[in-house]
Amino acid sequence: MFLSMNWIEDFVDLSGLDKLELIHKLSLSTAEVENEIFFKGSDLSGVVVAEIMSVEDHPKSEKLHLLKVDAGDGKLTDVVCGAPNVRVGMKTAFAKVGAQLGEITIAPRPLAGFESFGMCCSEAELGISDDHSGIMDITEDVKNGTDIKDVYAIDDIIFEIDNKSLTNRPDLWSHYGFAREFAALADRKLKPLECEDLSAYDNLKKVDMKIEDPLCQRYSCMQVENITRSISPVNMRIRLFYCGMRGINFLADLTNYLMLEVGQPMHAFDSRKVEKIRIKRFDTPFTFTTLDGVERNIDENTLMICNDNTPVAIAGIMGGLDSEIVEDTTTLTLESATFDAVSIRKSTVRLAHRTDASMRYEKCLDPEMTTLAIARFINLLKKYNPEAQVVSALTDEYAKRYETVKLDFDKNFVDRYTGIEISNDTIVKTLTDLGFEVTLDGDNFSVTVPSWRATKDVTIKADIIEEITRIYGYDNFDINTAKAPLYPVRAEAIKTAEDRIKDLLVKKFGLHELHSYVWAYNDEMKDLGLDVEENVKLLNATNPNIETIRKSIIPTQLCQVKTNTSFSPDFGIFEVGRVVEGLKDNGLCNERKKLAITLFSKTKDIKTLYTELRDILAVMALNIKHTEFTFKSKETAHSYEHPVNLNAICIDGKEIGSMGILHPVVLKKIDKKANVVFAEIDMELFTEANTEAIVYDEPSKFPAMTYDISLEIPAGMFFEKLSECWKNEGGGLLKGTRIVDTYDTETVHSITIRFEFSSTERTLSSQEIQEIMDKVIANLSAIGVTLRG
Amino acid sequence: MNEQIISLQTEVSEKLSAVTDLTELDSLRVAYLGKKGSITALLKGMKDLSAEERKTFGAEVNQLKEFTTQKIEEKVKELGEKEIAAEIAAMPLIDITTPSSCECGSYHPITLVQRQCETIFKTMGFAVIDYPEIVTDYECFEALNIPKHHPARDMQDTYYLDNGQLLKSHTSAAQNAILKKYGKELMETGKPIKAIFPGRCFRNEATDACHENTFFQMEGVMVDKDISISNLIYFMKTMLSEVFRKDIKVRLRPGFFPFVEPGFELDISCLICGGEGCPSCKQSGWLELCPCGMIHPNVLREGGIDPEEYTGFAFGLGLTRLAMMKYGVKDIRNLNSGSLKALSQFTDDE
Repeated sequence: MFLSMNWIEDFVDLSGLDKLELIHKLSLSTAEVENEIFFKGSDLSGVVVAEIMSVEDHPKSEKLHLLKVDAGDGKLTDVVCGAPNVRVGMKTAFAKVGAQLGEITIAPRPLAGFESFGMCCSEAELGISDDHSGIMDITEDVKNGTDIKDVYAIDDIIFEIDNKSLTNRPDLWSHYGFAREFAALADRKLKPLECEDLSAYDNLKKVDMKIEDPLCQRYSCMQVENITRSISPVNMRIRLFYCGMRGINFLADLTNYLMLEVGQPMHAFDSRKVEKIRIKRFDTPFTFTTLDGVERNIDENTLMICNDNTPVAIAGIMGGLDSEIVEDTTTLTLESATFDAVSIRKSTVRLAHRTDASMRYEKCLDPEMTTLAIARFINLLKKYNPEAQVVSALTDEYAKRYETVKLDFDKNFVDRYTGIEISNDTIVKTLTDLGFEVTLDGDNFSVTVPSWRATKDVTIKADIIEEITRIYGYDNFDINTAKAPLYPVRAEAIKTAEDRIKDLLVKKFGLHELHSYVWAYNDEMKDLGLDVEENVKLLNATNPNIETIRKSIIPTQLCQVKTNTSFSPDFGIFEVGRVVEGLKDNGLCNERKKLAITLFSKTKDIKTLYTELRDILAVMALNIKHTEFTFKSKETAHSYEHPVNLNAICIDGKEIGSMGILHPVVLKKIDKKANVVFAEIDMELFTEANTEAIVYDEPSKFPAMTYDISLEIPAGMFFEKLSECWKNEGGGLLKGTRIVDTYDTETVHSITIRFEFSSTERTLSSQEIQEIMDKVIANLSAIGVTLRG
Repeated sequence: MNEQIISLQTEVSEKLSAVTDLTELDSLRVAYLGKKGSITALLKGMKDLSAEERKTFGAEVNQLKEFTTQKIEEKVKELGEKEIAAEIAAMPLIDITTPSSCECGSYHPITLVQRQCETIFKTMGFAVIDYPEIVTDYECFEALNIPKHHPARDMQDTYYLDNGQLLKSHTSAAQNAILKKYGKELMETGKPIKAIFPGRCFRNEATDACHENTFFQMEGVMVDKDISISNLIYFMKTMLSEVFRKDIKVRLRPGFFPFVEPGFELDISCLICGGEGCPSCKQSGWLELCPCGMIHPNVLREGGIDPEEYTGFAFGLGLTRLAMMKYGVKDIRNLNSGSLKALSQFTDDE
């Protein structure tokens, strides 16, 4: 919304103050002012009122005329002019040689063979309207040579307020509302609006009007006749134009002017079309043509203004085409009403049609304003068109009053909220300046909220705090830390686990953390031949590609791997993110936090890569849980899983995730020559799993002994099976085993294992170690493992 | 002097000076001073001499023995030094300007900024809370004093799911649960509620360089008996100064959010120009960063806390925006792009 400083100064005297500073203050105390401020008229100079003394046709041009104008400097000036509306005796805006019109400096110049010493200007050229149909026709009685800026209020400061910052302030959708803010900020008096005394018309007949629906809170109307003026006064048009509205005709301009001035949307009907005003909804839907010529579907929830049973306007949104003021309208009915804000908002959404009026109604307008707006309207109407006549009494039905808001609080309440000292006097003055009624008894305040703030904006004590502090100025606040007792704070286990895992993966294994979206990437997955698995869906996704919430991060990571294959021959990515595993019994999403890891390699064979992934997981388990994961072979359930080597990852015997190798069909679509492995772990299950205590083993003072054996392992036998053979042997003397060598041929798989023995009490003899190893070897041969020579 | 001794001494001198390595030197030592060495033999032969002769001869042989021992020691030292010198000379020059092939992992920039913020608040006694991404209408709106027909609930802003839940549109969705979780302790023991909850939020809007439908925020709340606007400004200023490692100027402007009253928009002095005005801050000198305010009494009440007795502040910091500002990320879409080219650069940050 654009605001005119001139307009605001109609209501508050800001003379002697720095206007820019005030606008800045407004931004910090009231509403967000957009950065760009417009200094209207600052690029206009040397334009005066001049009278056209003679008009001759240009001999060589159909369009051009040769004029002699009197610019009040005691001589006639030759001007070549292309405007169609030139006539002798017309007064117009004349830019003299040397005048400044925006970027242009006026200089003598030849036009089709004749020298022109200046330029007659259209309103558009002066920057005061978008009318460039002809040169400006000045009807005011002013002397030739008078500076145009002395005739019209062209110099103005225009600034824009971000509408979003006004959603809770129905009173600020107008110049008068902002004038009140400026008055409070600048410590100046707010002037009352000049209004017509409407009681003077009480003896005239009333308009036939009835509210038949509770969605209309108040409806005020009045009839006027004999409006003879068609074009608005120039200053009014300038203001409307500066504030972003187009001039239409005097009557339409005046309703718009009122809306911008006091914030009350108004509408004028042709009285012939609205003899019996009824405000109601209809039981059955129908179509209705608004004055912009658009046919709209009206349903049973939309409040309508009707002439008896014929709809004539959509309440609070837009008037109808059929009841519009037309050429031969003699009597008009002026509407000024208040409607239920939520209803207007819903209708606006349903109709997909937002207007300047509905925008204001949505904010809960002050119902006290309807009659005030009419009184102001009549005042301006009679001022600019004295022939106009009021032909009805004010007809006003106030169906639903706003609830008076009275708030009681004390100084201590303000002190607690602000944390600083603001004196009682300051509190009283601030609130009074903003229109609140305040009584102070000792340290106790009793405040009545003015109607324009009471509809929804200021309803509780905390709202009063905002009024006091924003005018006090947040820049003036002392900044203090809080005084609060100290207590230990323990971090959430899942958060700590997440942080530690990220550190391990990045710092030890050189993996890269990526983020992704919570939904499955339909298109990208399709390219990889991956199924988007059925799951919870977005109801209102604008893009079908992102409709289904993902069940696993792995497909997302496979899409990411595909786009990164040229990054490096080997890389690993991970993400701690969310998935949804269907719905829980209570119908809510079973949202899970997962850790997903995917490794890509063009240089490592699949065994190396898969073992590397296993090692990453092993370090995670050891580092964070002080234990080991166990793995269980698993059946495939997803299109990306290779059926061989798919494993469940378990801790405490509980499955918490899975790891596997990418299915060759998908792999071929990513990179034929690469290997890809992945793992996904449920973070909550991992966090819940028991963390073993660290068991410290005091190093022995006696030397450790080692014993190496080389074994030939039958095909398909896992190390886990071998380890069963020594798990229960050695009576605590066997401290550990390590693979020191592996040797594979096509037929033989053999490994060398080093056994380490030690005792904290003595040096062990080779004989007792041999005895233990003999048992181990016997156990091994019992499962078909042979000792190599 | 005995001629035999003289000739032996000459021989020792000559032979030792000709020695070039330690092995040869050691065999010489054995040849002269070993059990069967020639000097040892001289000493052994003394038993056949008269007492007088023995005295003179003995002294001379011992002199020779000392001479030889000393010479050998000198030679050991000399050869040792030569050997080290040769080893040093043999060391090749290594080119350490070749590019490193060591793999360095990376964090997502959001993680880095999030950790920085968390650390600051942890040191001030705030708990860090993890909260789901999918929430109910109650958590996201109802409990936050967002009435049924508030624009924020419009279909175009929030992603709704077909089971009636929604993707949280702001981290404030966790507020109610946190007030309920810690409110009891506050009222029973007086332990203030101090918590931050970083998390991912979703808005149903078109994406471009400045807009994402998925982004991170970090919400913070503090509730106690006398929490004030003055405290709120302190915590915001302190946190932001710590994040950016310099004194950050902040200012508050009134801002309307249904779950706070009064509500503010918090601006920080422009990081690029320091407040002078530049294209980044559209010449204003300020950057809008973080909505905040005093928790609305209705929100406290809904969380089971008596607003007559307690007050609190809440803020919602845009972590995504903060990360972009801190690292100069120009296109927000890079953050969720999964592009290693862009994201592998964030190795770690304090």
